[in-house]
Amino acid sequence: MAVDIPIDPYVVPALDGVAYGLLVFVAAAGLVLCFGVAGILNLAHGTLYAIGGYTAAALLDGGWPSLLLALAVGVIAATAAGALVAGLLTRVAARTHLTQALLTFGLALVGGSLLVRAFGPDDQPVRVPAALDGSVVVAGHRYAAYRLVFIVVAALLAGLLHLAVRRTRAGMLVRAAVDDAEMVAVLGVSPTWIRVGVLAAAGALAGAAGVLGAPIIGPGPDTADVVLLLSLVVVVLGGLGSMTGTLLAALAVGQIQTLGVALAPSAAPFLLFAAMAAVLAVRARGLAATRRTT
Amino acid sequence: MREQAVRALRRGVAAAVLAGLVLAPWAVDDYTAALLARTLALGLVAVSVALLTGVAGLPTLGQTAPYAAGAYTSAVLGGQVSDVGVVHLAVAAVAGAALAAVTVPLVVHARGVVVLMITLAVGELAVVLVGRWRSVTGGTDGLAGIAQVRPLWGMPVLATDRARYLYTLVVVAALVGLVLLVLRTRVGLLLRAGRDDEARLRASGHRVSLQVAGVHVAAGAVAGAAGSLLVVAQQYLSPADFGFETSALLLLGVVIGGAASVGGALVGAVLVVAGRDWLFGALPGHAPLVLGLAFVVTVYLLPGGGHRPPPVRGRLLPDVGTRRAAGERPAPTGARA
Repeated sequence: MAVDIPIDPYVVPALDGVAYGLLVFVAAAGLVLCFGVAGILNLAHGTLYAIGGYTAAALLDGGWPSLLLALAVGVIAATAAGALVAGLLTRVAARTHLTQALLTFGLALVGGSLLVRAFGPDDQPVRVPAALDGSVVVAGHRYAAYRLVFIVVAALLAGLLHLAVRRTRAGMLVRAAVDDAEMVAVLGVSPTWIRVGVLAAAGALAGAAGVLGAPIIGPGPDTADVVLLLSLVVVVLGGLGSMTGTLLAALAVGQIQTLGVALAPSAAPFLLFAAMAAVLAVRARGLAATRRTT
Repeated sequence: MREQAVRALRRGVAAAVLAGLVLAPWAVDDYTAALLARTLALGLVAVSVALLTGVAGLPTLGQTAPYAAGAYTSAVLGGQVSDVGVVHLAVAAVAGAALAAVTVPLVVHARGVVVLMITLAVGELAVVLVGRWRSVTGGTDGLAGIAQVRPLWGMPVLATDRARYLYTLVVVAALVGLVLLVLRTRVGLLLRAGRDDEARLRASGHRVSLQVAGVHVAAGAVAGAAGSLLVVAQQYLSPADFGFETSALLLLGVVIGGAASVGGALVGAVLVVAGRDWLFGALPGHAPLVLGLAFVVTVYLLPGGGHRPPPVRGRLLPDVGTRRAAGERPAPTGARA
């Protein structure tokens, strides 16, 4: 047992970190898509997650049907919100990156204040299905059952996303639009529709993350900001457009936010900053090399 | 003829605004004077945003980071070193420049929307850091009881809101004047050239990366100095002063003011921040909603392209996500021959 003692406080945070990281990945994947395909920095992305989170808080009552219902409603609502963002980002509104950022930030403010008005200014409690409310024993440690299931489901989502981007026709069109939007247009596929589709898909991902992740990053007035910040950091760390990179970065950020805090509480505020600085300092040149040769 | 008339009109308006700003504290109550002083400090941050966004073509959402660095350094360190405002300003400017210098490797190779993203992440992380570093910054409770300063050695302390406002005004005017002067020299020309055609400038032997690093550090120093003014103006600091909303408001002000114009950025930011403060007083509880709608409406109402080139360097859609170098693409004109 003497071997177990030093590990004991760290296994649970490490598992938590995996759950947290996968949640951030599912949330950030939408941002990567928007950013990579349409060059859109969607500052309302955190609000899309918050829509899912509030849906979960409002609809979950401890049963399985309510979870399915919340997932359906949350995903549909966030998809619609994503499509709305795409609709408002017309040619006029999206003429420069600045107007894009201003428009999406305005939408984030409006959406956030509408959500607070509808659900109140307090953090909402979320009830997970009763069957998952307890804890299970993992390798001798008690761990929340919901999080364990979440890890499996989120990993599944990540896998499906990878397949969708790599193997389906829609995914191919999206990747083609990243490489050469004009050529895709010549092939008879409207880049506008690809953009709308990508923003809607990003909304769906954020909504799903919001519903499933509500017990981990719960819905509240700060949720949108927190999720946006984490997603941004993850997307930047992941190499601005690479799904695999984003996944690795999200898992790393998850560990920093949980295991890092457990190991070095006093250094915790600086860890994210330091990680970002370190990775970017090393990678910046490589990233730029691909981009500058235009 | 017409150009001269416009120029005279512009000068007249500028003089009238300046006179109004000098006389303002005698026309309003103390609370408003304090608010105005804070607004001017934010206007100076907007100038640094315009310097990066409009003049150098690096759209930024992260100038709150050097702003916060300057403010907290001025409040914590400045108080121990001296009570002279100019010393605080210098200390804060150095802190802002130092933070900007640390983040130079992150932005120096990036352009366009990538810069927005990286600077936003840096600014947000800075706020998170300020909120959690309780021992120095007081965390989310804020930092209160900051000692009063005197503008120069031998001068009386700034005890009234009016005096603090006038001090802020003088410093802002001096720094904005300095920025405008520098932009009229070769430096300004090079910065604009880098924004408009980076490849050509590079080809003619200029070191654009060095230039970008320089303007980034300079903008950090200006924002840091603004942080010191914020400390003087409101004598209280909290992470809420440096939130994401502040960055977005500043960007809105800069865009309204015409991104490439430093004076316009100052005016735009002052108008936007004053409008925000008025909204929070007039419509308690509804302000974020109205503010958000204002953002959306402004984007649609702003004059479209034509009168200024887009203030963003490089391609409109940087080919993020591609790992393929452009050289591998077939040349459109069949350059094989």
